[in-house]
Amino acid sequence: MSTSTAVPAKASTAQVRRNKMAFGKWFSELGWRHVVGVVAVVFAAFPLVYLLSASLHEKGSLTDLFGPVSTANYSALSETMFWTWMGNSVIIAVATSVGTVLMGAAAAYAFSRYRFSGRRLGLTSLLIIQMFPQMLAFVAIFLLLISLGDVVPALGLNSKLALICVYLGGALGVNTFLMYGFFNTIPRELDEAAKIDGATHAQIYWTIILRLVAPILAVVGLLSFISTFGEFIIARSVLQSEGNWTLAVGLYGWVSSLLEANWGLFAAGAVIATLPVLALFLYLQKYIVGGLTAGSVKG
Amino acid sequence: MPTVKSPHADQGAPPRTPDLEPVGRADHSHARTMRPGFLAKLVLMAVVDAIGVYCLLAAWNADAWGIFAAMLVLLVAANWVYFTRRALALKYILPGLAFLLVFQIFVVVYTGFVAFTNYGDGHNGTKQQAVDALLVQDEKRVEGSPSYPLTVVSQDGTLGFAVIDPDGKTLVGTAEDPLTPDDATVESDRITAVDGWTVLSRQDILAQQKAITALRVPISDEAADGSIRTQDARVGYVFKSTLTYDAAAGTMTDTESGAVYAPNDHGEFEAPDGTTLPIGWRVTVGFENFTTAFSDSRYAKPFFSILVWTFAFAILSVLTTFLLGLFLAMVFNDTRMRGRKVYRMLMILPYAIPGFVAALLWSGMFNRRFGLINNLFFGGAEIPWLTDPWLAKFSVLFVNLWLGFPYMFLICTGALQSLPSDVLEAAKIDGASKLRTWRSVIMPLLLVSTAPLLISSFAFNFNNFTLIYMLTGGGPQFEDASVPLGHTDILISMVYSISGIDGSAPKNYGLASALSIVIFVIVGGISALAFRQTRKLEEIN
Repeated sequence: MSTSTAVPAKASTAQVRRNKMAFGKWFSELGWRHVVGVVAVVFAAFPLVYLLSASLHEKGSLTDLFGPVSTANYSALSETMFWTWMGNSVIIAVATSVGTVLMGAAAAYAFSRYRFSGRRLGLTSLLIIQMFPQMLAFVAIFLLLISLGDVVPALGLNSKLALICVYLGGALGVNTFLMYGFFNTIPRELDEAAKIDGATHAQIYWTIILRLVAPILAVVGLLSFISTFGEFIIARSVLQSEGNWTLAVGLYGWVSSLLEANWGLFAAGAVIATLPVLALFLYLQKYIVGGLTAGSVKG
Repeated sequence: MPTVKSPHADQGAPPRTPDLEPVGRADHSHARTMRPGFLAKLVLMAVVDAIGVYCLLAAWNADAWGIFAAMLVLLVAANWVYFTRRALALKYILPGLAFLLVFQIFVVVYTGFVAFTNYGDGHNGTKQQAVDALLVQDEKRVEGSPSYPLTVVSQDGTLGFAVIDPDGKTLVGTAEDPLTPDDATVESDRITAVDGWTVLSRQDILAQQKAITALRVPISDEAADGSIRTQDARVGYVFKSTLTYDAAAGTMTDTESGAVYAPNDHGEFEAPDGTTLPIGWRVTVGFENFTTAFSDSRYAKPFFSILVWTFAFAILSVLTTFLLGLFLAMVFNDTRMRGRKVYRMLMILPYAIPGFVAALLWSGMFNRRFGLINNLFFGGAEIPWLTDPWLAKFSVLFVNLWLGFPYMFLICTGALQSLPSDVLEAAKIDGASKLRTWRSVIMPLLLVSTAPLLISSFAFNFNNFTLIYMLTGGGPQFEDASVPLGHTDILISMVYSISGIDGSAPKNYGLASALSIVIFVIVGGISALAFRQTRKLEEIN
C-alpha cells in the first residue's frame, strides 16, 4: 500500500498525508480520488441501504427512510409463499449450475484433449450458437413443453424439472469456450504421464484434470447459479402455479400488484434473496474478476 | 475423492495405455475388468435406458411421433456412444449435446417454423379440433326436443350429469366422457343414487351453481349429436350447435341463416360475404407475420419506434456504463491510494445482487407518489419518472447505469492492470504527455482487450427483458392502445407482450416468433461483424 509507516495506523488518512505533503498537493494527487470514491460508493450503496431500512421498517413504508425498527416484515414472510419460492429458486439454480459445470467441463475436456473429426466444426458451431440467446426462443420453449407435457407430464409446463432441462440446454453454448481456454492451459504432458502409468481416460479426467481446473469450475458454477437465480422470462412462461414459482416470478408479483401494501414484505424478501448471491459473489470475487478478464483477453 | 486404481496396477502389471491398444485384447476389455468406474457407468446407463424406454412408451401411447423419433435417436446414440470404444470424445460431449440439441437448437429452429404460421388464439390446433370446437360453440336448445330428468353427481371432484333418457334408460356422463348407460336407483322419475358417484345435495348445487349451468355433457362421441345442459339442475335439454359440418365438402353450414362457410388460406371458415367463424386452425402463412410487423398500420409504427429505442437503449447503456466504469477504474488505478479494496467492494454491490431485485427496488423508488426519489430529493414533487415517455427512458438508462457500471469497472481495472509496462515506459521515455499516453497507448490497448466484452454487453442489453419488464413494464403506453406496447418497450418485451403468454393480451405465437427471428438476425449479425472486427484489431496489435 502506501508509505507512511511511522504514523499510528488509527490516524485518519488525511492527517497522515498532511504530515508528509502539503494538503493541496495531497488533494490533487490522491485526495480527489477519495472524493470520487465516496461519491461512487454512495451512488452504488444508497439504494441497498434504503432496501435494508425499508425491510426493517415497522410499516414497510416506501417513503420513510428511517422509522421504528422491527423484524415484523421478516416474520410475516413465513405466512406467505416466500420460503417455497426461495426453495424452488435454490433447487433450480443449484441443479442447473451443477449440471452446467459437469456437462460444460466434459465437453471442454473433449474439445481440448481429443482430436476427432468434426472438432473444428463443433467449436465453430458453439461460437455461433453462443450468439443466439436461448431466452429469445421462449415462445417455442413454451410450445415444446406443451407437447412434451402431453407425453411425460414431469417434463411439461409448470414443472421445475422441465425448467432445469431448459436451462441445461443453454449450458454448453455459454460456458464451453470459457472452460476450453482454461483447459488448454493445463499441460498435456500431465495426462500423457498418467496415461503411460496406466490410467484410463476417465481416471485422467476425474482425478487429474478436474482438480487442476477447479478455479474455472467455481467461476462457471457461480455465474450459472447467479444467472439462473435471476432468470425471469423463461421461468415466468414455464412455471404457472404459484407453488412452483421462483423468487424472481414471485417477488415480481408482489411488487406489480398493490405496491404500497406489499413493500415491506418485498423489501424483506429481497434482502433474503440477495444474501446468498451476495455472499457467494464477495467470497469468490477474485475468481470472478479473473474469469471475466480471462474471457476478455482470449476473446 | 478416492483415486480409482486399476486392479492391474496393484498386481504389478507393466504400465499400459488402454485407450491406444488395439481392440480385442480380451483381458483389457471393459466388460471383463469390473472396475468401479465401469459399474458406475452400467448403473447410470441402466437408469438412462429405463427413463428413455418409459418416455418411448409414453410417446407411443400419446401418438406423439416426433417425440418418439427424437427419443429413439437419442437413446440409441447414448447406448452406442457409451458401449463402443471408438467414440471417445463423444462420451464427454454427448450429455451436454443432447440438451443443447433439444432445448436450444431445436427451439430456435422451431421458432423459425412457428414464425411462418398463424399459431395463436383462434388458430390453436388442427382443422379437426377447430371443427369440433365450433360445433360445441354457440349451442342452442333444440326446438321440441325431449326433456331429460336430471341429477347432478360428482366423482373425485368432477361434476357430471345422471339423466333418464326418453326410453327410460339411465345414463351418466361428464364434460370429458359422453353419456354412457349406468345402473342407478330411480325413484318417482328421478335418479337418487348412482354406483360410484355422489349425488350432490341442494347446498352443493347452490355452491357450484355456475359450474353446473356451464357444464355440458356430450350425448355421444360425435360432436354433431349435441349435448345435455341444464338451467335448474333438475331438468336437462339437448343443446345443439346451429352449425353443421359437411365432412365431404369440408364446409360449415349455419342451419339458421343458411350461410355456407368454406375454408380459406388463413385456416378459417369463411362465408361468401367475407364473415369468418371465430375458431380457425393452424396453417402456414408464408411471410405474412413479417410483413405485418413491418407494414401493418397497427404494428409497423410501434415496431419501428421500438426498434430505434432498442438500439438507443443498448448502445447508450454500454456507453454510459463503460465510460463511468473506465473513469472509476482510472481513478482507482493508483497504488498509493489507501482503502482501494473497501471502495471496490462497496462499489460492486449493484453487480452482486440479483438483477430482478434491483429492477423491482428501483421501480419502487421511482414511484410517482410514494417513491423515495420524489419524496427525499424533490420535496414531494410528483415527478412522473416512470410514466412520462422521455423521463421513463431516462430512468431506464439511469437504473441500467447503476446496475452495469460495476461490471465495467471490474473489467477496465483488470485490463488496465494487465497493460504491458514496457510500452508505458517507452511512451514515458519518448516524452509523451499523460494525455497523449492515454489517447495513443492506453486506450487502444484497453479497447482491444475489452471490445469482446463490450459486444457481449451490447447483446445482453439488447435483450435486457428483466430490467424493462420489471421497471416500467414497457410503459407508458403508446397513444394507440390497440396493441399492448409502450414507449420503453424493447424488442424482446414487445415479443413477450405480443405472444400473450402471460394472458394479458390475445395470443399470437406466429407474430411473436417472427419478431424473435428478427432479433436473432440483428443480434447474430452484429455480434458476427463485431467479433470479426476485433479479430482484425488483435492481429494489428
